[in-house]
Amino acid sequence: MPSLGADMTEGTLLEWLVGPGDPVHRGQIIAVIDTVKSAVDIEAFEDGEVERLLVEPGTTVSVGTALAVVRADRAAPTAPAGTPGAAREPAAAGSPTTHPAVSPVVRHLAHDLHVDLDHLTGTGPGGGLTRHDVETAAAATAVGHPAAESTPPRTPPTRLRPAASGGRVQASPLARVRAEQLGVPLATVPGTGPGAAVTVGDVESAVARAAPAPPPAVEKPPAALAGPRRPAPAARTAEVRTDARREAMQAATGALMARSKREIPHYYLERSIDLAGALAWLSRHNEGRASTDRVLPAAVLLTATARSLLTVPELNGFYGDDGFTARAEVDLGVAVSLRGGGLVVANLCGAQAMSVDELMSRLKDVAVRARAGRLTSSEMSVPTVTVTNLGDQGADLVQGVIYPPQVALVGFGRVQERPWAVDGMLTVRPVVVATLAGDHRVTDGHRGSRFLTALDAALQTPEEL
Amino acid sequence: MNPTSARETVVRLIGEIAPEADLTSVPGDADLRDAVDLDSLDFLTLVERLAETTGVDVPENDYDQVRSLDGLVQYLVQHAGSG
Repeated sequence: MPSLGADMTEGTLLEWLVGPGDPVHRGQIIAVIDTVKSAVDIEAFEDGEVERLLVEPGTTVSVGTALAVVRADRAAPTAPAGTPGAAREPAAAGSPTTHPAVSPVVRHLAHDLHVDLDHLTGTGPGGGLTRHDVETAAAATAVGHPAAESTPPRTPPTRLRPAASGGRVQASPLARVRAEQLGVPLATVPGTGPGAAVTVGDVESAVARAAPAPPPAVEKPPAALAGPRRPAPAARTAEVRTDARREAMQAATGALMARSKREIPHYYLERSIDLAGALAWLSRHNEGRASTDRVLPAAVLLTATARSLLTVPELNGFYGDDGFTARAEVDLGVAVSLRGGGLVVANLCGAQAMSVDELMSRLKDVAVRARAGRLTSSEMSVPTVTVTNLGDQGADLVQGVIYPPQVALVGFGRVQERPWAVDGMLTVRPVVVATLAGDHRVTDGHRGSRFLTALDAALQTPEEL
Repeated sequence: MNPTSARETVVRLIGEIAPEADLTSVPGDADLRDAVDLDSLDFLTLVERLAETTGVDVPENDYDQVRSLDGLVQYLVQHAGSG
């Protein structure tokens, strides 16, 4: 069980997307786990073949528990018939399909939304199916559009277990909780988990199916980018679920911040930075570009932050039992606020090597998925440093609380027009107040100031970012 | 584009980005960033989706003209074709 965020102590395995005998490659999504923050796709750490699954779906285990045994193996990938993985995912075993590329994530989504992949037209590279295709099909199905056919939930896998004694319905603990929250009798929910056990997804789909059909107001399926926030057919379910999750999220954030304030002797620095040059550069950079290729000021601030951290490496790393360990890569945690409250920190790994354009495109991507509660495990792993950016409508500055085991938090307030003295003359400039919350066990105000000075300098020469 | 269909388009797109917002209670001249809590990424998404839907890709220099519902409608009426 990987640690997906500094405040995570345990996670619940929701579903395996592979089974014993399945080949896996590094970065492939192999399982879905549930944390208090969201359902997260777990990526394989290395290439190989799944030897054994050690944790049953529905089981909650602490961080660090082994989930499966993967044998590093360069032999040709095989997926023997009859394994649970092959039974659940026939397409993965090489059965005839019209789509050259269907990622596990897409297949998983299709399963959740009861969309039959064989009836879809792919719009991805090489005609491959994308998440968007599946969502579009699901939306079309929900309003009675004939473009796609829904299918009943997949038949239970072959590895059936006898039903538990005493008439108790087989269900994951999480599914029980969710069913209770949503007022669904478990016995009425068809299970698709191992041994036909009821999973969280099953409960939610059951409620979604029972919910009244939405008015047929959708002329055109919404495009991908607004996906997470569009009113989905299951919006009612999602709201109930979201409220419970938000509360849990706030509690988890609160617990971590309390620990931070108990353990970390914070010091705080701030510096007002003139952004006239950076914003003028950005304006030229964006001029003539389609809106989809434009870069936001936030991406410039984040890029400059990642580069400047290289000058004061003691701010980038982890504080553990053996004291501080610096990290060469800047895994930049970006706090993404969620509509309706709550905060998710998405990890932009290796941000120090990204250009402004690269960072912008990563930022857009993770913000959308963070808000949809669909981040991958590497994006939810613990960053080496975190940035909180209040945005252009926020407060003037933020004095942040460090996320343990990190040792620094960088904050940006809103950009505002301020009187500014230049060469003995008073003028007006767009100014942002950058702040640093540092850990006194590792650095002091003097070292911290060096970072803010480097950040200021980087923002005066944006063309070098 | 006529004002009625422009308004319909604008309201629908904002609704997709901020589904919880009640646009009927938002004054036509209110800055949407405050009124429905659109951050800079949300606003960029709105501009992108306007371009996708209407073919009108608002350049950054014109952002100040499209910060409100009325501003967006007027901009579309002026810039979108007769379709």
